[in-house]
Amino acid sequence: MSRQSNRTTESKKMLWYLPFISASASMHRMNSELFTLTYGALVTQLCKDYENDEEVNKQLDKMGYNIGVRLIEDFLARSSVGRCHDFRETADVIAKVAFKMYLGITPSVTNWSPAGDEFSLILESNPLVDFVELPDNHSTLVYSNLLCGVLRGALEMVQMAVDVRFAQDTLRGDNVTEIRMKFIKRIEENLPAGDE
Amino acid sequence: MTVHNLYIFDRNGTCLHYSEWNRKKQAGISKEEEYKLMYGMLFSIRSFVSKMSPLDMKDGFLAFQTSRYKLHYYETPTGVKIVMNTDLGVPNCRDVLHQIYSTLYVEYIVKNPLCPLGETLQSELFSSRLESFIRALPFFSARAG
Repeated sequence: MSRQSNRTTESKKMLWYLPFISASASMHRMNSELFTLTYGALVTQLCKDYENDEEVNKQLDKMGYNIGVRLIEDFLARSSVGRCHDFRETADVIAKVAFKMYLGITPSVTNWSPAGDEFSLILESNPLVDFVELPDNHSTLVYSNLLCGVLRGALEMVQMAVDVRFAQDTLRGDNVTEIRMKFIKRIEENLPAGDE
Repeated sequence: MTVHNLYIFDRNGTCLHYSEWNRKKQAGISKEEEYKLMYGMLFSIRSFVSKMSPLDMKDGFLAFQTSRYKLHYYETPTGVKIVMNTDLGVPNCRDVLHQIYSTLYVEYIVKNPLCPLGETLQSELFSSRLESFIRALPFFSARAG
């Protein structure tokens, strides 16, 4: 009896503690189909709203960017990844930690440029396209373009300007899905204007 | 032991949040000027520390202390900076500051799409959670200090 009451006070005292793994961490493990279908509905709606595929691609990229700049904070809070010292380390973290955490897949990192400023992520499977078939009249649609925006936005927040695009896509008849990433420059931090 | 005050800055030097508990002496300048002064000093310390270090650094600037207080500093790779002043008896606070980032800032600000990033935080929920988090810290109480 006394032990029982003891336990309740203890749990009450702990109420404000948040789980160290955030709520969304278990969310995406809960149902990735829901995510895939929601994404499909989003793309469908964009295709209705905009006449041409180019514009849809652009909107997807923009939305992805806005997600990426917030997602990076969640990522850093949950993984104990620190600052990367070179682009190779960045590539590894993206493929092995981030993709694993949010999409449950681990793309392979290949096709390094000799300068080490460009690489490809090869996706064996792309969870976003699980139930998708591209109609013929959408040949220039980059269905998963949201991912490019996410990667670009997230990396920008850690001072890396990167160009991200789909080089190959199984949806369009290629053998694999390939995301090409090109390092542009390091974004320097500046002292805010108006300071002595 | 005690906690004096806490600042959160973003990557551009905007003071996102400030709160204080046991602060006996005020700076005598406006809060805006104080934030700027604080950020300017942190910015300088960071570059000073990285230039003066004889070895490659992992974490960079962590803390400094004077005769009366200790300033704890934590910075994320995205440039969010959390600064907490305590008295001298408080040991390394990295975990605490990281926890403020991961369980409070990320959960209540970043994941709230209605909270614009890069501006002073308006979220009641965040402030109250932070308040109770700090008050529950083992070294919060002013008794031993």
